[in-house]
Amino acid sequence: MTGTDIIIHNKKDNVGVVVIEKIIPNQDCNCWIMENDDSTKIQSKNEIPLGHKIAMTDLSEGDAIIKYGHDIGKVVKAIKKGEHVHVHNVKTKKW
Amino acid sequence: MEIPKSFLGYKRENGRAGTRNHVIILPVDDISNACAEAVANNIKGTIALPHSYGRLQFGADLELHFRTMIGTGKNPNVAAVIVIGIEPKWTKRIVDAIAKTGKPVEGFSIEGVGDIDTIAKVSKKAQEFSMWASEKHREECPMSDLWISVKCGESDTTSGLASNPTVGNLMEKLEPFGVHLCFGETSELTGAETVCAKRGKTPEAEKKFMKTWNSYNDFILKEATDDLSESQPTAGNIAGGLTTIEEKAFGNFQKIGNLKFIDVLEPAEEPSKGKGLYFMDTSSAAAECVTLQAAGGFNIHLFPTGQGNIIGNPIEPVIKLTANPLTAKTMSEHIDVNVSKILSRQMNLDQAGDELIKATIRVANGRLTCAEALGHREFVMTKLYRSA
Repeated sequence: MTGTDIIIHNKKDNVGVVVIEKIIPNQDCNCWIMENDDSTKIQSKNEIPLGHKIAMTDLSEGDAIIKYGHDIGKVVKAIKKGEHVHVHNVKTKKW
Repeated sequence: MEIPKSFLGYKRENGRAGTRNHVIILPVDDISNACAEAVANNIKGTIALPHSYGRLQFGADLELHFRTMIGTGKNPNVAAVIVIGIEPKWTKRIVDAIAKTGKPVEGFSIEGVGDIDTIAKVSKKAQEFSMWASEKHREECPMSDLWISVKCGESDTTSGLASNPTVGNLMEKLEPFGVHLCFGETSELTGAETVCAKRGKTPEAEKKFMKTWNSYNDFILKEATDDLSESQPTAGNIAGGLTTIEEKAFGNFQKIGNLKFIDVLEPAEEPSKGKGLYFMDTSSAAAECVTLQAAGGFNIHLFPTGQGNIIGNPIEPVIKLTANPLTAKTMSEHIDVNVSKILSRQMNLDQAGDELIKATIRVANGRLTCAEALGHREFVMTKLYRSA
């Protein structure tokens, strides 16, 4: 049970959320998938603070970010698996 | 956990029950604030609810002003009301509507009298109301007398992961007891609007939700100067890891658990279709939203926060919960319920929901919330457009 570094809402999601104070580059992280109580692992490429997202797969410009099993925005700059996902590489499809 | 069947509340003349026993001094307009505050300062056991509006408003905006004033006075957390306005006509309209609940209410107008004599006259009546209310005592009330509103603020990704789902868990467990429930924040459902609409209990509720959301979204698109960066999501949201309004919306939406909503309410409108969950069309700004929900008759509020919103309300106790361990540590005086152990998986959602139910009942029974102890009384009217 202990030692979860990243929580993923839904098995369809391509991002996870850091739930420890921060993860550091090249850290081997334990991920827990809430929806089906499954687990997986990922190696980080950047330092990522609590609450921020990590890419679970390589993502190209124009791809949709999926979280909660739903589309939450578009990739505007290619993202590698294990990189920090935030306002510098993702934008809203709304406003 | 076996859920308690009752709480200790104040039974009101119209059959509702309050979790608080306030005597309020309600100014109709901005220029009556000074009088209201002077009276509340003179007479212990009363509170003034100063605000910024109430002059030259018209149309739907004026109707919303009246609905908010009247609803605030009618709220069962209020034992008795004094209304003070500059002119008698609008003052009387508010007094007459509140009087229908059967609670003591009296109106005063300042024009032709002046502040000092008004304060003297009102103080005498306020003293009478305060001493009368002080003899009211708490009695056993069924859980169905709880009207629970929810709104989240300064959200981050921990809100969508844990604190909002904790509220959803509470809703799922308390709905069978016949409580009234209310969520709002029309603009902060953007991105999740079609998924939310599907939660309407009837096709009418679904259609009404989409109409309400579209109208709010059209207004935002008309007024927007850029991509709303730092407004939606806020700088605090972004610091907490939220990237887009869609992400914020899906997190927000976790607060209603698996429930369906019966109807869509106008801002500050009292629900009239019986027990269950309602959606109210509100701004997503915390104080505006809670003020409207309190005016709709809700008597206890649940407020999940990520980065640490500190809001309170003068008449509706606001219970704050967080799942962000840093916020729980650095802002502990603001946090009533800490569910951060969900993130480290030392607590599950079911346990967190039970903790929140226990805290809700303690506050309903009279325990002060952090926001009450710290003196947070944000009373903020929603204004739809400029005055004439």
